[in-house]
Amino acid sequence: MTLDLVPVLPELLVVAAAVAVLMWGVFVQRDTTRDGFVIAIVAMVAAIVALGAIGGDRRLAFDGLFVLDRFAVFTKIMILLAAIFTASMSVDFLEREKIGRFEYPALVLFATLGMMLMVSSNSFLSLYLGLELQSLSLYVLAAYHRDSTRAVEAGLKYFVLGALASGLLLYGISLVYGFAGTTAFGPLAQLLGSGGATAKIGVIIGLVFVMAGLAFKISAVPFHMWTPDVYEGAPTPVTAFFSSAPKVAAMALFMRVLEGPFVHLFVEWRQVVVALSIASMVVGSFAAISQSNIKRLMAYSAIGHVGFALVGLAAGGAIGVQAVLVYLSIYLVMVVGTFAVILSMRRKGAMVERLDDLAGLGKTSPMLAFVMGVLMFSMAGIPPMAGFWGKFYVFMAAVQRGLWPLAIIGVLTSVVAAFYYLRIVKIMYFDEPVDGLDRVLGRPVALVMAVATVGVLALTFIPGPLLAGAKTAAMALFPAAG
Amino acid sequence: MQNWHLLSLTTFLPLVGALFILTIRSDDPKVVARNARAVALLTSLATFAVSLLVLSTFNPTLPGFQLRETGSWLPSLGEGIGIQYALGVDGISIWFVLLSTFLTPICILSTVGAVEKRVKEYMIAFLVLETMMVGMFVALDLVLFYVFFEGVLIPMFLIIGVWGGPRRVYAAFKFFLFTLAGSVLMLVALLAIYFQAHTTSIPLLMNYHFPAHMQTWLWLAFFASFAVKIPMWPVHTWLPDAHVEAPTAGSVILAGVLLKMGAYGFLRFSLPMLPEASIYFTPMVYVLSVIAVIYTSLVALAQTDMKKLIAYSSIAHMGFVTAGIFSLTELGVEGAIFQMLSHGVVSAALFLCVGVLYDRMHTREIARYGGLVTRMPKYALVFMIFALASVGLPGTSGFVGEFLILVGLFKVNAWVSALTATGMILGAAYMLYMYRRVVFGKLVHEDLMGILDMNARELAVFAPLVVVVLWMGLHPSTFLDPMHASVTNLINHVQLARAVPHVAPAVAH
Repeated sequence: MTLDLVPVLPELLVVAAAVAVLMWGVFVQRDTTRDGFVIAIVAMVAAIVALGAIGGDRRLAFDGLFVLDRFAVFTKIMILLAAIFTASMSVDFLEREKIGRFEYPALVLFATLGMMLMVSSNSFLSLYLGLELQSLSLYVLAAYHRDSTRAVEAGLKYFVLGALASGLLLYGISLVYGFAGTTAFGPLAQLLGSGGATAKIGVIIGLVFVMAGLAFKISAVPFHMWTPDVYEGAPTPVTAFFSSAPKVAAMALFMRVLEGPFVHLFVEWRQVVVALSIASMVVGSFAAISQSNIKRLMAYSAIGHVGFALVGLAAGGAIGVQAVLVYLSIYLVMVVGTFAVILSMRRKGAMVERLDDLAGLGKTSPMLAFVMGVLMFSMAGIPPMAGFWGKFYVFMAAVQRGLWPLAIIGVLTSVVAAFYYLRIVKIMYFDEPVDGLDRVLGRPVALVMAVATVGVLALTFIPGPLLAGAKTAAMALFPAAG
Repeated sequence: MQNWHLLSLTTFLPLVGALFILTIRSDDPKVVARNARAVALLTSLATFAVSLLVLSTFNPTLPGFQLRETGSWLPSLGEGIGIQYALGVDGISIWFVLLSTFLTPICILSTVGAVEKRVKEYMIAFLVLETMMVGMFVALDLVLFYVFFEGVLIPMFLIIGVWGGPRRVYAAFKFFLFTLAGSVLMLVALLAIYFQAHTTSIPLLMNYHFPAHMQTWLWLAFFASFAVKIPMWPVHTWLPDAHVEAPTAGSVILAGVLLKMGAYGFLRFSLPMLPEASIYFTPMVYVLSVIAVIYTSLVALAQTDMKKLIAYSSIAHMGFVTAGIFSLTELGVEGAIFQMLSHGVVSAALFLCVGVLYDRMHTREIARYGGLVTRMPKYALVFMIFALASVGLPGTSGFVGEFLILVGLFKVNAWVSALTATGMILGAAYMLYMYRRVVFGKLVHEDLMGILDMNARELAVFAPLVVVVLWMGLHPSTFLDPMHASVTNLINHVQLARAVPHVAPAVAH
């Protein structure tokens, strides 16, 4: 059997870039942070091009541990785009805070690599490898600002809880392996489909542990405790990265596992997903109301959005997966844009992150306020903004599968969530201005902001192409239904 | 003129104007304000002209939708056809389009002197609002309708919150969250409809028959949304707050057009798509309408703030409208539509009348005025015309609508008709009582001695409103004839459901 490396070409590019960044940093006797970012971004763009060139036909590599299909291509492009945008937003921040070191871009690259492996995993082994590569890189990134106690606390908290979640996941995997005798997704699905009834209960317990571990990674309630602290403590560009790419990767992995090997346990896992979804929507919307720090608020907002995305997963099937992918893509654009705004919140040279610091932004910096306003209405899911389409499609999937209570709870919590997004609009436009924010806007940040705003507005009016793309990606998980 | 895309033009012309205003830049804020206002006024006048063109091409003898435009918009997620960009007007919606395009230039003209801060943004908000309103009335696809229906909230939220009075933040949030909470249930209903009928096209859905038990749930979900928008008692509490805090022009649009969106929803969705549920829930609507008419009229009587008084009178008048719609008779429905148009013009004018005083004295307390007739004779006349139109004096627009509604109601339920009619008496009481206290009596307040009568611009604002009110009152058939075919069609459709009740599915549910 020959080793076919074409499907992993994008990953190889990212690996090569990460190693290059490390080597360059070690051997060149000056600050190479900026070079590292250039290398990283070029490599990730090249990886996207490679993904486009390889195309989406289902291909296996590494003895079936790794799979590249349209689903993987779609989610990998999302992950890479999120990584590119958040990485480019970091450059100015690191230089201004004087914490730039060449390891940062390397860590981003390794984390991205881990995510790409996650969404392409075709066995619990490769799943775990990808997940840990991602997690370990993210732990370090969270504590990257090592002179800040908050950042170190965030990193430590994230590490301890993350390690626990990994333990749960591993335990679940070992149970599944013990009862089913395989870790490969394909044979597992066949086994469970053919009614290995005697082994079923053990597999179900394993499944629940696996889901708990993965729920931690997507910060679904009740495994969300780390999120607000980590979001608040980590350096802002890292928070931006946390809230975009890993969310997509973990959600995609969640879908691949549940709709892949465990597709025949749909009735069982759906109950768990419904519970996670309702809890996340409720906690995400109510707990965010009382937040005064915008990064904590974004953490609860992320929890709420995960709850909405899980509505689509609870619906299941191609339509559910498509809805989740649409939701995640739109969320990604919104969240990257929002963090670009947060990153440009500086007063007298220092970062500010209290909500009150936004007061009167509509007067002092109208463009920034306009961008934030569009993003907030979109996050709240008010039509015609793009965020509405995300909600529209997940609820549509839920209604089609008869999940009425979930849809109704979902729309009602979205009203509660609208309150705190509106509060930001209120602070920006209705309140009297305090001292204006600094008017310096780093060029990459401004660019990301512009791209995100244009993206939201474009998806507002022409969501069609995204829907079509998500549909082909979703169909890839269901080859039989094809 | 089928391929002129007249309806798209009417809908999106204001948006083009708003984008144009966005590009206005100057160091002098006065220049920006003047240019923005001029562009907004011209855009809205042009939109009105286009909507008149729509009226002239409209064939009033046909009951169905005309000037239709369709294009594919979103691919379908499951089976069935996708969601379409579909526009069209019939004899009902065309009047609401005209109402929106008629009131917007008046609003923009009325802001001179009243709004001085952030004029550019104000004009943009109004033009965006106009796009949303018109789009909602011409949408022939349920999802498109919902997008516009909800989209209205964003500019209105900003208008109340940025340019409103002292409690604007509370009022803006209450307005937004109340309406949003009602509307999201409609969203669920909309999705349910999509999966039942596999289409969101309104013309197709009008001829689709939903199972009886499903109709009940769908009707209630729609009702939650529309009742808040109208607003019906007991979910009306956001309206007085929103009106009191909103700037004058915001109140005008709120009372003039936004309140009609809910009743339009009843006419467009509840009645034709869910006729059996509509018949089933008629008594409930009657009860709520009668309570709204009598209770809010009494509340209006006790108000000391002029805007609040008119806000409560709006709720009472909308009580007439809902009762008229659910009389399910031609007279009642035509009366309800007529009453909505009349109320749209009259309440808009009344809010503008209050605005005239507010711009001068910066108070809306009734007790702070009195004896204005000696200083402001022109104002007293204009105010009187609209106060009497609101009361429903024969010869004004208010009379025709209320009379038709009462006749229509009397044919089906004399009690409801009689109770609703008390609203006319109470209406006369609170309106004339307020008018007397503000305009007549002795001029006792010192600061009123120097108050100036209306200037030419203000007269220009009111002149078209006076003309329309009298026109509607003296020659109502101009307005009633074009809607006749559509309303007859609608009522026949509903009565057919009453005559031949579809057998509920035999399966247990």
